Order: sequence, then C-alpha cells, then structure tokens
Amino acid sequence: MKKILAIILSLMLVIGLAACGAKTDNGDTTAAPDNSESKPADATGIDYSEMKIGLICLHDENSTYDNNFIIAMNEVKEELGLSDDQVLIKTNIGEDDSCLTTAEELVDEGCNIIFADSFGHETYIMQAAQDNPDVQFCHATGTHAHTANIPNFHNAFASIYEGRFLAGVAAGMKVKEMIDSGKITTDQAKIGYVGAFPYAEVKSGYTSFFLGVRYIVPEATMEVTFTNSWFDIALEREAALKLINDGCVLISQHADSEGAPKACEEKAIPNVAYNINTASIGPNTALVSSRINWAPYYKLAIEATAQGKSFDADWTGTIATGSVELLEVNEKVAAEGTDAKLAEVKAALEAGTLKVYDTKTFTLDGKTLDTYLADVDDDGTFTGETEAISDGYFHESEYRSAPYFDIEIDGITTLRPYSFYSRISFLLKRGHNVLCFKQK
Amino acid sequence: MNEKEKKTREPLFHIAKRPAIEWWKAWLIRGGAIIASLIVCAFIIVILTKQNPLEVYAAMVKGSFGTPRKFWAMLQNLAILLCISLAVTPAFKMKFWNLGAEGQVLFGGLCSMVLMFTVGDKIPNWMLIASMLAASVLGGILWGLFPAVLKAKWGTNESLFTLMMNYIAIQLVAFAIMVWVPSGSSVMGLVNSTTKAGWLPDLFGQKYLINILIVAVLTVVMFIYLKYSKHGYEISVVGESENTARYIGINVKKVIVRTMILSGALCGLAGFLLVSGTNHTISKELAGGNGFTAIMVSWLAKFNPLIMVLTSFLIAFLQKGAGEIATNFKLNTSIADILTGIIIFFIIGCEFFINYQIKSTKSKEGK
Repeated sequence: MKKILAIILSLMLVIGLAACGAKTDNGDTTAAPDNSESKPADATGIDYSEMKIGLICLHDENSTYDNNFIIAMNEVKEELGLSDDQVLIKTNIGEDDSCLTTAEELVDEGCNIIFADSFGHETYIMQAAQDNPDVQFCHATGTHAHTANIPNFHNAFASIYEGRFLAGVAAGMKVKEMIDSGKITTDQAKIGYVGAFPYAEVKSGYTSFFLGVRYIVPEATMEVTFTNSWFDIALEREAALKLINDGCVLISQHADSEGAPKACEEKAIPNVAYNINTASIGPNTALVSSRINWAPYYKLAIEATAQGKSFDADWTGTIATGSVELLEVNEKVAAEGTDAKLAEVKAALEAGTLKVYDTKTFTLDGKTLDTYLADVDDDGTFTGETEAISDGYFHESEYRSAPYFDIEIDGITTLRPYSFYSRISFLLKRGHNVLCFKQK
Repeated sequence: MNEKEKKTREPLFHIAKRPAIEWWKAWLIRGGAIIASLIVCAFIIVILTKQNPLEVYAAMVKGSFGTPRKFWAMLQNLAILLCISLAVTPAFKMKFWNLGAEGQVLFGGLCSMVLMFTVGDKIPNWMLIASMLAASVLGGILWGLFPAVLKAKWGTNESLFTLMMNYIAIQLVAFAIMVWVPSGSSVMGLVNSTTKAGWLPDLFGQKYLINILIVAVLTVVMFIYLKYSKHGYEISVVGESENTARYIGINVKKVIVRTMILSGALCGLAGFLLVSGTNHTISKELAGGNGFTAIMVSWLAKFNPLIMVLTSFLIAFLQKGAGEIATNFKLNTSIADILTGIIIFFIIGCEFFINYQIKSTKSKEGK
C-alpha cells in the first residue's frame, strides 16, 4: 500500500513539474506577439502599438489615492485603444530599493514610459531615470524635476488646492445650514481634518479646504490630526472619532483609507472626501469629494512619448486641463443652494478674480503676510528661497507642481502625531495580538 | 474473547508517534504536501479568479526566474530574510523568544544611517562603511542585550520585552527622520545618491552580490557553530532543560546573555545590509516584517541553518511570485497572500505526518 502511494505521489510530482515547466515556456513565447496585435493608431493618428506603460503604486485599489491613479490609467488605456499587456500596474511597491527594482523590471519588460505615484518613490525613480535614459519617468507629487536636469525625468501634480477650496465651500454651506437651523452656534463651528504627514502637500490641502469653509462661515475653526501613515484604516478611523469627540461638526481627510468616512457615517457627521466618491460608504454623510484626474496628464505624457517628443519636466494640472475635479454633490447631505454657490465660486476661480490663498483671508500669528519664502527648490536644505507672495496672494503650484504652501495659519490647531504611548494603548485597546504570544 | 473486545468501543484509528522515518520518506511526504497545496490553490484560483491555475503558477515562477534581474532581486530578498532568520535561530533554539528582531534590525539600520547621514562626506568611504558596520552590530547587540540581561537577572518576560523594544526602535527611527527631514514628509529618499558614500560597492556589476556572499558565509559559520561548537551544545542543552544545564554545570545566565549578543549582532548586521547594501535610506518599514517572518523560516527549518536556505527561498519565491501574479492577472496582491498562506499551511501541516502516523485500529490487530 505504501509503495503504491509513494509511486502515485512521485508520479504526480513529475507531472506537476512538467506541467509547470511547459507552461512557463508558453508564457514566455506568447508575451511578445500579443504586443503587435493591438490597434495601430487612434483618432489623432498617433501610433501607440509600440507603447508599453508602467505604473508603480505604493498601495493597491483599497487605497483611495492609488485607486485614483489606477482608474485613470484604465480610462486612458480604453481611450487610446491599448491592449491589456501594454499597461503594467505594480501595486504595493514600497518607498525603498524595491521601487528601483520594480522600475528596472518594467524597463526590462519593454516599458517606454513609467509612472510612479508616491512621494517617497521619487529618488529611486530619479536613479532609474539616470540609468535608463531612453525611458520616460513620470513621478507624481515629486519636487525635484524642475531643478534636477534629468531630461527623461518628470514631475506632475494638479492645483488640487482649488478643488479642495471648492469642497470647502460645499462644507461651509453645510456648516452654515447647521448654524442657521440652530443646531450649533457659530462658536461651535469647528471642523476636523485627518491628515497623513505634516508636510506641504497635506498642509496646503487642509489650509485650502479650511479657507473654502471660511469663505462661507468666517468664524469657522479647524482641528487637524496626523496619522503618520498614508494608509491605516484603524488609525484614520480612530483619528476621525477623536475629532468628532472634540466637537468637530464636519470631517475631511487627506489619508487614503475608508477609515474616516466610515467613522463619520457611524456618528452621522458630514464628511468631505478626496479622490473618490464615498457615497457608497456613507450614503447619509458623504457630502462631496475633490479629485485629481490623472487622465489628462497620462495622455499628454504618453502621446508625447509615442511621438518621441519631449514634454514638461514639471507639469501642473488645473481645473481648465480637467485635472482638478469636484465629484458629484450628494443632494441628500448638502445644504440647499450648494450647487449654485459652487458654480459661482468655480467661475470666479477660473476667471482669476478669486484667489484661494488671498493674503487678506488668513493671518499668521495675528498678522497679515506680505512676504513668504517658500521651499520650492528641493535642494536638501529645507529652507525657503522663493518669494511666493505677490499681487496679494500666495502663488501655489506656479513655481513647481507639487504644493509648497506650508504656513500654519491662525484658526487651525494641529494635534501632533500619534505618540508611542497612544499607539500602544490603541493596540491594546483593540485587543491586538501583541500580547497573545504565550510563554510556557 | 472476540465478543469481549467488541464490547469496548475503540475509535476507527488512532495517532501514534512514528519511530525515526527514513529521510526519503520524509521528503516524499513534504513533496506530496506541496503538490496537495498546489491542487487546493488551483481550486481557489479557479473559484475566486477564474484564471487558469497553471498559468498562475507559471507567472509565479517567472516572478523569481523570469529575468536575471528578477532572480537577483529574489536572491537579495532571500539573503536578508535568511540573515535575520540566522540571527533569531540561536535564541529560539535556546527557547528565548526573541520577537524583537524587527526592532534590532531597525535600530542597527538606524545606527548605520546616523553615520551615513552625518559624516558621509567627511571620512573616507572604507572607513565610513567599516564604522557603519560596527555601529550597526553594536546597535543590534544593545537592542538584544536589554531584554537578555533583565531576563537573566530578574527573569522578566522576554517575548513581551523584545516586542516592546520594536516599538521603541520604530519611534526612534520616526523621530530621527523628523529631525533630518524638517519638511515633515517622513521621507528620507536615497541618501548620498551623488557621492554614494556609505553604499556597499557593486561586485562584478551586481549590486546585491556582497549582501548575498556575506549571508552565504554566515550560514555555513552558523551551521558549524550550532552543530559542532561547545557554545552550540550549551545552547541546545539550555533550550531542552535549564535544570539539566545547571546540573551539568552550564552557566545558564551567561549562555542567555551571550546568545542574545550573537542574535542582536546578526540582526544589526541585517540592518547594515539593508541600509548600506540595499535601500540606502531608512524608514519605519526598513525591516518590512521580516523580523517576524524569520521566526517562521527558522522553525520550519527546525533551526538548521542549511535547511533555512530552502525555507527562506520558499518565502522569497512566494513573495516575488505574489507581485507577479498581481500584475499579470490584474489581481489584488491579497490573492497571492492567500495562496502563500495555503502553501505554508500544508508544509507546516505535513510535519505532523512525518512525526506521527495514523493507524487504523483494525490493521493494528491484523499485525
């Protein structure tokens, strides 16, 4: 009996290995011809058949931020008629050597243009760009391309502060409704914000959102807390609950999980999201969401690469390019007249008559600013060198695509990052398995 | 007599400890377990993703062996995981539950980074690298020594202690990055990318080769140390029974402290290899969970450093394959994690059948 079993097992082993081996060969040979089957050209007459596009994401579809990149990439793939194997998406790539390895692997696969989505990917992508001069590398949110002088390395971002300002206006309308209906007093008009890391991209975001709220409710204040992570469902939820506990009547976030919107839905607190429509998570509380639409930039970069043309080292998308969007207002949650107000403010922003960072609308230590040196050239010194305030407003995303507004203006209180102790107590409270390792 | 036996109800089969099993039978069982796991995985793949399982397996193989670059990257992951596994092995063999490898690696890496960041352009590169190595090893030792000394002196719980030390190391790294990167982004990026100061050099054009060679030598040395040296013997005696160790005159406290110094030193070395030889940066994710995965690698190999090469290969291979599946089939990496879990479950589970056998009651009587 045992012998028969042994024979069967070893036979299975052999067959299994043979099957695996054969399949590997097949996989290798089919990869190449598929490439040429794709459509040769689209309506504009550009030939995309030789194009292969790589996208490196810090997290996967569960992160609203990364998902936003992936959705736009799939849209562009459809639009340009690219086949499945012309677009390679690598998810869960850390901000370390694995980013460089992944970029190089994508080059090996034949990619002519590679996008990376996370701030910490930048130096690795720069390295890959220097090592592979024939491949275009595009990095979102990065700060180095405008000074790095690497011809095939590009940065891109969008003037999302305008989108957040608009979202802030919608939030302001909601807060105003609460005040008008007597639900809260103007003193209680405090909103909360869950941020990831306390640096310019996040600061610029919450400040523009806050200024949007203040555009409607000038007495509003804001409390900001940081999770020190881009994606942590539990921490973001906890942070939102803490803000609600502190009396915030409306929450927004710049961290990439569904933690905060879900907490808001539970506590019936209106929520303003970023990058995705959260109406499915919070049908009764999701108010509106601002989003960077990456499709215009993808198309611009892919088109240029397909034609062998050079394109901007540093590119800022705007409302006009279709890069900054405000996703549908949830009528169930929004205050009356929100749509009309948004249309009015949006028109003013586009016409240039309204500036988000108008120096008349904010103060630093009680004083109006007429000069501010921003750290636009990321040279490693972390000191400001570019005068960003002129003509009565702070020129955000004009000298560089990535945000550099990092002024901690009056009216916003920030809670410092989670400390070691709160993290431990947080884990213990949740019955985390830190203590479950049993000793005999 | 027959009637009597029928009255006492016996289960249909029972479990009995096997006598020592021939090596080829053991490996046949292991091979069978892997095939069984692949068959189960195939069903999961078909049910959940509607993909052809053979294509999925082929993609997994491609993830590690598809191109020379992928192969090197897999070897690099293997080397780091193996290094940390070798580090925790002596402690685990001694039944000292060192759950702090993550923190020891991280703190070792931090020590390297302090030098790389602050004096990177001030001293010659060889001196920098040598001092980084020394600093990392010392850092790892320090992080491992605290819990060891307290355990030896006052019998504190080392699993809790080493675990807590992880959090301290994580916060220290977060703090250091906050100081070094005042913009608040918590991103160091490549350090010294122009001067390459403190970077381990390429060997024969391969940037990971030094890492791999160091760990290869270490594996052999650790095997000899555990199997043939007096220290190695003392470790296994303390692990089996502290009282026996005391009875035959082994200084248990000394062995605990000495072994944790070794364990911490190797974790520190792994931190050095990660900072100087691989990432050239530091972040809270430097160890990337390998400090915990290493425990599994070490146990799976029954603390045999040579077998650990195989078990860490298995993990590195599955991890690389996971990424490949996710990209090729537009799947979430979670499906790859599920498959990895199933495969490891079968491999661990089959050890039961190597150590025990299931005998049907009837056949026993027949004998």
